[in-house]
Amino acid sequence: MTDKALTIDQVCKDRGKTRVLDDITLSLAPGQRVALLGHNGAGKSTLIKSILGLTPIHGGAIRIGDVAPGTAQARRKTAYLPEAVSFHPALTGREQLTLFAQLSGAQADVPGLLERVGLSDALDRRIGAYSKGMRQRLGLAQVLLGQPKVALLDEPTSGLDPISRQDLYAIIDELAGQGTAVLIASHALTEVEARTDRIAIMRKGRMVADDTLTNLSALAGLPIRLKVRASTNPDALAAELGGNRINGASVELLCSPEDKMEALRRIAGLGDAVADVEMTPPKLEDLYRHYAQEGSR
Amino acid sequence: MTRFLAITRTEMLILRRNRWLLVATLIMVLFALALTFAGSAPTGTLGVDMLTVSVASMTTLSVYLAPLLALMISFDAIAGDVDRGSLSLLLSYPAGRGEILLGKFTAHLAALAFAMTVGFGTAGAVAAFFGGAGAESLIALTRLILTSILLGAVFLALGYLLSALAKGATAAAGLSAGLWLVFVVLYDLGLLGAVVMDKGGSFTQSVFPWVMVANPADAFRLWNIAATEGVAMASGMTGAAQALPFWAAPASLLIWPVLAFALARLAFRRVEP
Repeated sequence: MTDKALTIDQVCKDRGKTRVLDDITLSLAPGQRVALLGHNGAGKSTLIKSILGLTPIHGGAIRIGDVAPGTAQARRKTAYLPEAVSFHPALTGREQLTLFAQLSGAQADVPGLLERVGLSDALDRRIGAYSKGMRQRLGLAQVLLGQPKVALLDEPTSGLDPISRQDLYAIIDELAGQGTAVLIASHALTEVEARTDRIAIMRKGRMVADDTLTNLSALAGLPIRLKVRASTNPDALAAELGGNRINGASVELLCSPEDKMEALRRIAGLGDAVADVEMTPPKLEDLYRHYAQEGSR
Repeated sequence: MTRFLAITRTEMLILRRNRWLLVATLIMVLFALALTFAGSAPTGTLGVDMLTVSVASMTTLSVYLAPLLALMISFDAIAGDVDRGSLSLLLSYPAGRGEILLGKFTAHLAALAFAMTVGFGTAGAVAAFFGGAGAESLIALTRLILTSILLGAVFLALGYLLSALAKGATAAAGLSAGLWLVFVVLYDLGLLGAVVMDKGGSFTQSVFPWVMVANPADAFRLWNIAATEGVAMASGMTGAAQALPFWAAPASLLIWPVLAFALARLAFRRVEP
């Protein structure tokens, strides 16, 4: 028995001579939301397809709960939203979702699910007439079928407008709330930042980071940015603090997380010379660039 | 267990929705009627009723049309889902690949059976009304309909095979056109050439009928012709039929769908969505 919803252990996969997955290890506890980041071609979709048992792996092991991927049991436990999903254009949303409900064997309230994703108006319209965002919502509705143990969402926000994205993350939270482990492959860094428990970053088939945002920041040692606005003389302030002059009245300082309080004390010690201080911790975007692009890793 | 029926239901819905069923049935009715009227001339000279002549003409029609209609539905069955990106999603559900294929096959075969029955049935009824029909010609008509459905089943399964092997729906369509051409036109031309070269030697005597009956389209033709004397006379093709045991053509036409479906299933197993 394992208490993990999904375990990926030292998984390797070759495609021809290229190693597309190289020693990937990752695990998700029930109810955990993990963002899987990486460039196009980093291996995110391949990893997801391996978890679904749609493509064979050449080393290591994957377990959904206790069962191997691709088995009937595993498929009953997983839900999947493919990247840029599409359905047969001749079917209506209701018919398509009914098919999925029958295949999953779950008792499903099809109209209720479609309403949950905001498609109640388009229930009996053909999917051919749906917009990209509506198809994505329909794809999301089928993820909600039958309370999966693991949900794998490949670029779920592509094609969605900002409001729909908010809805999407609300649904992801709901899934996590009922104990589903959610793995979200994404490019939308700023959204993922606030909405996930952990972040995993892939680069060229390798897992280069897997931790919480805070720990990743500490590990990367990226500087905190302090923007100090001078009340009268920015040049004197720059000389005093040793930072760079920016946009006329301000000075910018970079400091490590450990030196942050020291720097703030020095700024506070300057008294009236400082009009305002703005502090920016490293964003996920900086972190992502650090982990996903750093050549030497 | 009932999962393949869910697929069947959905596929039937698609065939009705995209008008395939309507168009296929119309094509069958129109061609069958046209041939029945155009082919009614020799009735008097051969001394058979109009339905018999009509069945002979429709047999020739079905050799071309049944494989064509079958391939028109089946080429898209796997490659189309791969192109749309919906196959990976479908395969992430508990339904197995065999169930998916069986579900599609059931729906497609039902649609084909509907088109065949309505098309040949209408023409048969018209021929019987104008030119009379006997018990024998009615049996011949029933046999024509059933064997046409079998022939359709062969090419449905072969279409799935190509659909699983092809790198996309467009490629699958091209391959299907090629397959149709080979089985329905080129195969016979090749055999004809071989017979002419052989000048009635041992190939023509013993090998040729077996090579011919190995092709499901020819097996279909032989079965319908050999079974009814009147039809054989009307079609003027008795030689090859007489050279074979009576079970050869039915065996070929019954083995082919099973074989082709098994091959399609094997090819589908290797598809990575």
